[in-house]
Amino acid sequence: MDLSKIAKLARLNLSEEELQTYEPQLSGILEYVAVLDEVDIEDVAEMPHAVDLQNVFRSDERAESLERDQALSNAPRTDGQYFQVPRILEQKSS
Amino acid sequence: MTDYFSRPVHELIQGLQSGSWTSRKLAEHSLTQIEQQNDALNLFVSVDADGALQQADQIDARRAKGESVGLLEGLPLGIKDNMCQQGIATTCGSQMLLNYLPPYDAHVVERIRTQDGVIIGKLNLDEFAMGSSTETSVQGPARNPWNTDHSTGGSSGGSAAAVAAGMVPLSLGSDTGGSIRQPASFCGVTGLKPTYGRVSRYGLVAFASSLDQIGPFARDVQGAALLLQAIAGHDRRDSTSVEEPVPDYSADLKSSIEGLRVGIVDAHYAEGLDSEVGSQVKEAIAKLEAAGAEVIPVELPHAKYSVATYYLIAPSEASSNLARYDGIHYGHRSEEFDPANDSLIDLYCQSRSEGFGAEVKRRIMLGTYALSAGYRDAYYLRALKVRRRIREDYDRAFEKVDVIAGPVCPTTAFRLGEHADDPLAMYLSDLYTISANLAGIPGISVPCGNSSSGLPVGLQLQGPAFAESRLLQAAHLLQTVTDWHAQVPA
Repeated sequence: MDLSKIAKLARLNLSEEELQTYEPQLSGILEYVAVLDEVDIEDVAEMPHAVDLQNVFRSDERAESLERDQALSNAPRTDGQYFQVPRILEQKSS
Repeated sequence: MTDYFSRPVHELIQGLQSGSWTSRKLAEHSLTQIEQQNDALNLFVSVDADGALQQADQIDARRAKGESVGLLEGLPLGIKDNMCQQGIATTCGSQMLLNYLPPYDAHVVERIRTQDGVIIGKLNLDEFAMGSSTETSVQGPARNPWNTDHSTGGSSGGSAAAVAAGMVPLSLGSDTGGSIRQPASFCGVTGLKPTYGRVSRYGLVAFASSLDQIGPFARDVQGAALLLQAIAGHDRRDSTSVEEPVPDYSADLKSSIEGLRVGIVDAHYAEGLDSEVGSQVKEAIAKLEAAGAEVIPVELPHAKYSVATYYLIAPSEASSNLARYDGIHYGHRSEEFDPANDSLIDLYCQSRSEGFGAEVKRRIMLGTYALSAGYRDAYYLRALKVRRRIREDYDRAFEKVDVIAGPVCPTTAFRLGEHADDPLAMYLSDLYTISANLAGIPGISVPCGNSSSGLPVGLQLQGPAFAESRLLQAAHLLQTVTDWHAQVPA
């Protein structure tokens, strides 16, 4: 298991110390879950959900939603109208 | 001082209706208990004294004028700190959400208000409800009122222990793999995980969406039935909440229960189960039998795969759900960011690394791996197939029995720190509770004894989907022939 690659996919910066802690723990968990290999899953449908739901539709009608200031109220950075994010169009030149 | 909350909920309600005490009196008592005990136990992470007293006064005023009062009659209660309450910090026990003030109420919060429950405050939990001990909270570990060196269980440890300690008569928790039933067992209270879809998850901070379900804690089954009544039912804002009529659970408890068929599973008593827990559980089942139930052996051959199945499915869903914490919309944003040199992705990575604790990162890593290219079929999709096998076992068993009885957890409350370096050992303690979440069925934990060291033991009863009435009747039957539920910590 390439932990650095997984961390990158998960958008986590893990320290060397964290990687060293997780490596044996995650390997141990993966060894344990290998027990599932002995189950006969021939012709079994996957069960992604506890209730076998069909799609749930609603009518396409306008309804109230959060006001802009409420939607922005927990944002770490805003200009009062928008969420502020770092520049993305001009990539760093490294 | 009168110890109001050693009384069962129905007596508290009688007192409110007859005028022996007021909603304000009960709210004040709750606040006093929290003030006296919370430093030692660390169960409440925030308290809304002004809001609670104001609401209690309004309910008292309505009652005094002879106006109608809701099902919860002005009783105080606490809610797990992963349920949104408008304008009240909802931290999920995480640095990530330490300053998060929800702009809306969860469905259950709306329902509690409508039914005149008085929300006193928010209760401690494992970070993002990921854990079995309420030790991973950024607010520090919760302590068990029966013995403060021991864990409350988790992840709804604050909710279970606050009822045990008499801080509130009722509380709400959430259960993804046993997070209501296991702490109920560790703290000697009654805790119910309803059928998946019975209670709306709108406003519950998501951990694993196909498994999460909100449910009640109380000293006894009658109290749990009342709170379930108040929160159950369809909500269009949670498409997975089911449009199934809600029975009158309290009335159903009063109807006589005849011909109850209780399933027992041999494999529950295999190696790993603490012998004291095993004998207390067997004794409780014998009491049910003596009270008229028929005990019938059943088999759940795939139950032994439930922990492995769960620890692929739940982390997979968690890694997807927690992708929303990006440091942009809400939650923690890193200050260690140099706009001249760092990219947007650097901001995501740094904010998430600072905001999440060790157990949450571990599960995100595990889930990301199980869903990653090349491994998804072997891990995630295989687990989804075994999940159906687990469900099919239950379907077969419930053709023969009404409920299945067994242990909640292999041990009584473990010591704080006992599993600190061994996550797998902690995961394995969820062995008896996890399969109900995978199958989507309800389960309840009721006190059934004490260990020789004075820690509570719980009996678990599981039933078919939407058979909460039968489950509650069976649990109530036990409480009519035993009084373990009436015990309070010294």
